[in-house]
This record gives sequence, structure tokens and C-alpha cells, in this order.
Amino acid sequence: MDISYTILIPVIPFVVFLLLGIFNKKIKPAVSGYIGVGGLVASGILSVYTAYQYFFVYGKVDGVYQTFVQKTVWMNFTDTLAIDMGILIDPISVMMLIVVSIVSLMVHIYSRGYMKGDEGYTKFFAFLGLFSFSIFGLVLATNLFQIYIFWELVGVSSYLLIGYYYTKTSAVAAAKKAFIVTRFADLGFLIGILIIGYYTGTFDFVTLNNPEGSAIMNWASSSFMGLSVITWALILIFMGGAGKSAMFPLHIWLPDAMEGPTPVSALIHAATMVVAGVYLVARLFPMYYFVEDGFALNIVAYVGAFSSLFAAVIAITQTDIKRVLAFSTMSQLGYMMLSLGVSGYDGHEGLGYMASMFHLFTHAMFKALLFLGAGSVIHAVHSNYLKDMGGLRKYMPITNITFLIAALAIAGVPPFAGFFSKDEILVAAFEHNKLIYGVGILVAGLTAFYMFRLYFGIFWGKDTKYNHTPHESPLSMTFPLMILAFFTITAGFIPFSELVTADGAGIHGHMSFLTSLEAIHWDMAAIAITVGAIGIILAYIFYKKENDLADRFSKAFGVFYIWASNKFYFDEIYMFVTKKILFNRVSAPIAKFDKKIVDGTMEGIGNKTVVISEKIKGMQSGKVQDYAFGFIAGVVIIALVFIYLWTN
Amino acid sequence: MIAGISIYEILTLTSILFFIGVYGFITRKNLISILMSVELILNASVVNFVIINKYLFPDALQGVFVSIFIIAVAAAETALAVAIIINLYRQIASVEVKDTETMKY
Amino acid sequence: MEKIIFYILALIIVVFAIASVTSKKMLRSVIYLLFVLCGIAGIYFLIDYNFLAAIQLTVYAGGIIVLIIFSVVLIHHIEMELEVAKRSKQILVALACLIGLGVFLTTIYSYEFNEVATAISTTTEDIGLGLLSYEAGGFILPFEVISILLLASMIGAIIIAKGKKLTDKNDTTV
Repeated sequence: MDISYTILIPVIPFVVFLLLGIFNKKIKPAVSGYIGVGGLVASGILSVYTAYQYFFVYGKVDGVYQTFVQKTVWMNFTDTLAIDMGILIDPISVMMLIVVSIVSLMVHIYSRGYMKGDEGYTKFFAFLGLFSFSIFGLVLATNLFQIYIFWELVGVSSYLLIGYYYTKTSAVAAAKKAFIVTRFADLGFLIGILIIGYYTGTFDFVTLNNPEGSAIMNWASSSFMGLSVITWALILIFMGGAGKSAMFPLHIWLPDAMEGPTPVSALIHAATMVVAGVYLVARLFPMYYFVEDGFALNIVAYVGAFSSLFAAVIAITQTDIKRVLAFSTMSQLGYMMLSLGVSGYDGHEGLGYMASMFHLFTHAMFKALLFLGAGSVIHAVHSNYLKDMGGLRKYMPITNITFLIAALAIAGVPPFAGFFSKDEILVAAFEHNKLIYGVGILVAGLTAFYMFRLYFGIFWGKDTKYNHTPHESPLSMTFPLMILAFFTITAGFIPFSELVTADGAGIHGHMSFLTSLEAIHWDMAAIAITVGAIGIILAYIFYKKENDLADRFSKAFGVFYIWASNKFYFDEIYMFVTKKILFNRVSAPIAKFDKKIVDGTMEGIGNKTVVISEKIKGMQSGKVQDYAFGFIAGVVIIALVFIYLWTN
Repeated sequence: MIAGISIYEILTLTSILFFIGVYGFITRKNLISILMSVELILNASVVNFVIINKYLFPDALQGVFVSIFIIAVAAAETALAVAIIINLYRQIASVEVKDTETMKY
Repeated sequence: MEKIIFYILALIIVVFAIASVTSKKMLRSVIYLLFVLCGIAGIYFLIDYNFLAAIQLTVYAGGIIVLIIFSVVLIHHIEMELEVAKRSKQILVALACLIGLGVFLTTIYSYEFNEVATAISTTTEDIGLGLLSYEAGGFILPFEVISILLLASMIGAIIIAKGKKLTDKNDTTV
């Protein structure tokens, strides 16, 4: 299949970035908005075309979707070490192209309304263009180095966008924190890449992922401390992914990243950048599964499950609506990770993989919708906090309906998209690891509860008196809401399991409506729906009308509630470790060593040279007698040397 | 040759004279004293030439000739040195060595 | 007999040389130098080089010493006490000179000189003939060169020593 035109998909946003960045002051804001949207429309059309060609026109060969690669050598170091750049088209990259295009396009349209009147309007669209370029490049990467390069580019775009309100110190601090934490995780990523490159001799995904290839067949050739070296590399690569996807314990940056403008939160921290970690594990899935019987994959599963539960518990207590959504994102990412973790490879075993990718797709839609809706609310009320909101259903009908649709989706209520993807995950978990299944069910309930706490808190609850009557957002902001709501409703019916699987062949999904009604596991679905319903009903009781039931319950939980609302003090722990232990005990002595000994030595050498030269200076005393003395002494010594010592 | 005196003793004498001259040159603080020490050195070398000529090569006369030339040169040099010292005295009103150290670092 | 005379002369030379370089008075230093030069002339007489001894006495003892005394008089420091170097420097230099002397003496004493014992005495006629001969081994060229040198030094001494008084009178001429 000819994929040469797909290079345009990342290049168009990059050109938009350059254009808007260089001609920043000369372009009128309205024009830059159109340019940004136009670029993404072009990329979107190309992505849809690619998907259509890939899945339907070209289709399967021997029952398996083929992988297409086009690459060139970019930097050649030695025979064994070269960095290629290229395009890789396979089911998950095509799926990600669709996700990123749709969400990015919606965010661009939304930003035209949300950022209107802001000084740095053009700059914002330039950064969005840079981000789109980076995430497209990441998704289409053909080898580990290319994905690392675009990984870092995405991190930079995130830094620029979080710190967009650069006059606010909290925003600047949040941008730094995000960048530093993900950079720290990327240290593990880089070490993992280098280990894999060294021990397998290649960085290329197609070569690495070949189940009969040398990379996977020879995993046991070298080992370190009881585990294969390749396993260590995969764990380190997962560390990089965990940083970007805000898994515990590298999650601390995600709540703070909400300091950025809401469209940024929707695009980057809900739908696209944070799923890069999940995408990375999915990209290397054959290695994760086959090496050491999936040891690294187990770690992925448990980390995902724990993060999911951890985030859900904290989300219940938060009062800033964007922070609730941030922890919700972390929780759903945990779902995706755990689904990958319990997955197998061939045929039906690969259900977890398929479910994870499906959930990635649907989650992007409804989470972006949730964030954009929250942005709409914040735009109307000029505050992020629940206490300043309530009864908004009267003033903002469109936002109300779309937010409700998204909340139902995330709670797993059929027929919205979230039901299908979430329940595939739960089925996969049930079949492999009952403990993780239990965690998943619990988190499903908590998710429904906190999401509807949020919904009722904003749109129902108390009838707040507003100084400034809130009004519905303009069409530029509500249009994306409606489009995303449409996707949220219909995405569940895509026959995803036929299209995206671990080994390329299709499997019959359990919730796939289009295959047959009997295929649905009604018993599993029933448990999930029940748990979700309990969550919704509890939220209804607590939050629909104004009452103090919630406060009495939180007091009953006592200190546990306080811990949860302070995010279990992880920020304080990290601050303590870095400031008191690392800075004072490790960095300060090293700095002192550097100053006293290293600098001291250098300066000492300089000083000694000056002292010596002062002494030598005395030789030019200007006294003839001293010169004569030197002369005579020299003659005598030379006479001594030549007559007696130099025996030839 | 002098009966009963070997060449070694005379060479010893001239060496001692030479080094007394060197000592005076380096130690004295007056320019004229330095000049006199130079005379001692030159005289020692003249005696050396003459003695070696007389003891080792009695037929040849080069030693004598060279001594004559050395004496002539020493005289010329002393005259010029005195001229310079007088000129210097006019400039800086002193013939101490320590006042001529302007070429130091 | 000659031996004793030689030793007396040697003693005179050394003692007066040391006195000359260590004396605190200027004129005394010059006179001690005069005695050293006379002693050396005595040595020349001992080895039968009469002409050379005469030159030594005339040029050195007569000419150079007088020149030095004139310059001392011009500098007005005849009665002044001369400074001597400080003790540490004296010791150091003396030590260095002794070491140098040791090197010289070791070298001299370790070499076998073939002494030729003769009683030829050189006459002034021989010296004159040798100095002015044109044949191979003649010293006519250095002789002429020395005359030029003496002329040059005379002119040079006059130029250097004449000072400003003679030039200030007429500005245009040198």
C-alpha cells in the first residue's frame, strides 16, 4: 500500500507552527485561528483517508493486517548504531491518527472561542501546531529512537502549553514540574532503549516485535541479577511510559498541569499525550508478552491497577473540577495499562490488548468532551471551584446535555461508548487475574460516583446566585461539544475488535453489537452496569439537592478523608525527599567539593603559576653583577658536566 | 722556564688570581672597583698564555704576541669604560651599581 | 734561588689581590692593584720575557692605573668609605668561587703536561720580527687591526666623555 502521502499528516501542523511562530505579530488573531483549524482539517482528512485505505480498501492479507514501513537513515553512527526516521502504518498507529486528528481538530475549533481576546492567541495556535506535529510523529514512529525524539518534543510542547499563562507563578511551576518529572522518567526510557539496542542490535520496531525474530527468541542470552537484561530494559521503558501516562508514583505532575488553559488540558492531558505511555507499551507489546513469560507485563498490570484505584479515591475528594477530571484521567489510564497487562497475544487471548486500545479511543472522545465542557463552565462562571457553581442547567443547556452524555459514558452506562470498552477490559481482567478484576470493578463504581458528584455539583445541587449571569458559550465552543458527544454515542458500535488486535487478525468482541447479540456476556455486563448504577444513585442522593449528607460522610471517614483530599501527601513527600535529603545531603556536599576542590585546584594552579613567575621575575634584576654571577656559575657547571660527567 | 717550578704551580697561581677577580666583580658595589676586578681577570689570562707558551712550546712565539694584543685591548677597554663611567656620573651623580638597575623587570 | 723569588712574588700577588677586592678605601684598592701588576711583571722577568715585562709595566702599571686614579679623582670619592656587600652574599660568592677554583684545579692537575725544558731566551728582535712578518705565521694583520682598534677607542672615549658643554655653544654643529 502506498503510504508516502502520510508524511504530510505531521508536516502540515509543523508548517502551521513555523508560520504562526515566525510571523507571530504580523498575523491577525482571527486569521491565525483559521490557519490552525485549516491545518488540522487537512491532517484530519488525510488521516481518515489513510484509515479507510488501510482497513477497508487494502484490508487483510492472509487474515492479518500488514505493517507498512517507509524509512530513511537519518543519523549513521556505526554499522550497528543508526537512527532512522520514517512512517509505520499498522492498526494501532492508524487508530491513533484518527483519535489525535479528531480531538486536536475539536480543540482547535474550541480554542477559537475560548482563547478569544487573549494576547498570545497566535502563539497558542502555534504551540498547538507544534504539539500536533509531535504527537503525529510519535504515533508514526518506526523505531525506538524516533519515538524517543518525538516523546521529548511532546514533552516540550506540553511545557510550553502548561506554562502558557507565564505571568502566573503557579503555572510556571506546574510546567517545570511536568517537564522535570517526565524527563526523569525518560531517563529510564533512554537507558532501556540503549540496553535493547546493545543486546539485540536493533532499534526498529518491526524487527524487535517479530515473535520469531532474534530479539524475542534470544531474550535469555544475558541476564542481570536474576532477570533477563531485556526484561530490565522493558521495565525501564515502562518507567518512561509511566511518567508520561501519570502512573503511580510519577503521577504528581498531572493535577498541577491543569494550570494550563482548558483546551490544552483536553488535548494533551486527557486524550493524546498521556496515552503515549499506553501507546508505547502497546507498540512493544510482543516483546512485553514473550520476554521472560511476560514478567514486565505483570508489572505493567499491577502498576496500572494500583494507579487506577489510587486516583479514583483521590478524585472523590477534590473540589476543583479540573483536578477531578485530571485524577479521572489517571484512573482511566490505569484501566488501559491494566488491560494491556492482563492480555495475551494470539486470537482470543489478545482481548486485553484490543480492549485497551478500544478504551483509549473512546476515552479520548468522552474525556475531551468532559474537559471542553468544564472549560465552557469555567468560561461562564470564571472560577474552577465546585463551591462557586450549581444549578447551571438553567443557563447552559447544551453544555449540560453533552456533559451528561460524557458522564454516562465514563460510568459505563450502555449504549454509550464507555460501556463497550470498559466492559471488554473487565472481561479480559476476569479471565486472567481475579484480583485485578476486583480492583477494576471497585474503580468502576468509584468512577461513576465521583463523575456524577461532579455533574450534579455543577448543573444541579444548590441554586447559586451569580453576580454575572452565566450564559451559554458561543457556537465555536459548543460545536466541538456536540461533535464529540456524537462520537461518544456512536463509537461503541465500531467493530473495533475486527480491526485492532495484538497479532493483526480480528477477534470477536464480547460487546460487539454488530456481530451478534449472543456474543455479549450479559452476566459480566450486568455486574458492571449494576456497580455503575450504584455509584450514580449514591451521587444522586448526596449531591442532587443541596444537603449536608456529603459533609457528614466525609467527617465519618475522618483522617482518611483528609489524606485523600491532600492527594495522600505525595507532593509533600517528594518535596521533602528532594529538598531535605537530595539537596542537603547529596547535592550540597558535592557542590562544596566542586567549589573547594575542583575550583580550588584550578585557581590554585593559576595562583601558583603567578607566584612562581613572580619569583622568576627576580632573575631580571637589572644588576649586571647578578648576570655575571649566573654566567660564571653556568660556565663552571657546564665545565663540570662536560669534563667529568658526560662520558662519551 | 723557571728552574724548579713546574707548570702546575703557576697555573694554580693564575687560577687563584682569576677567581679573586671574579669574586671582586660580583661583590663590589662601585663601578670603578668592578673595573679593577676585570683587570685582575685579564691579567690572569695573560699570564696563562705566556706560561703555556714558555713551558710547552718554547720555539713558538704566539703566546707572546697574543699577550701583547690582550694588553692593548685591555688598555683600550679601560679607557672607554672610564669614559662611560664619567658620562654616567654626569647623568645620575653616582657610581654605585645599585643606581644603574633601571633595566629590571 | 728562583724558586724562592717565585714564591715571594706569588705571595705578593695573591695577598694584594685579595686586599684590592676587599678594601674599603678607594685609593688603597687602586694602589694594591698596582702592586699586583708589578708582581706580575716580576714573574715575566723571571721567565726571561723582558720585553713583555716592560710592556706590562708601561701600559698596565703606568697607563691604566694612572687612568683609574684620574677617574677616581674626577668622581670625588677618594676619601669616602666604600660600601661592601652584605655578609651572606660574600659567603655565597666566595663559596661559588671556591667551587669553581676546585673544578679548575682538578682539571689542571689531572692532565699530563709535557714540559719541554729549554733555556732559549727570546729577544726583542725575535718578537719584532715575528710580529711584523709577512710569511706564514706572521702577525702583521692583527698588528694593524690593533692599531685601528686603539684609534677607534680613542675617538670613542673622546665622544663619550666630552659631555654637553662642548655642544651647547654652537647648536648647529655637532
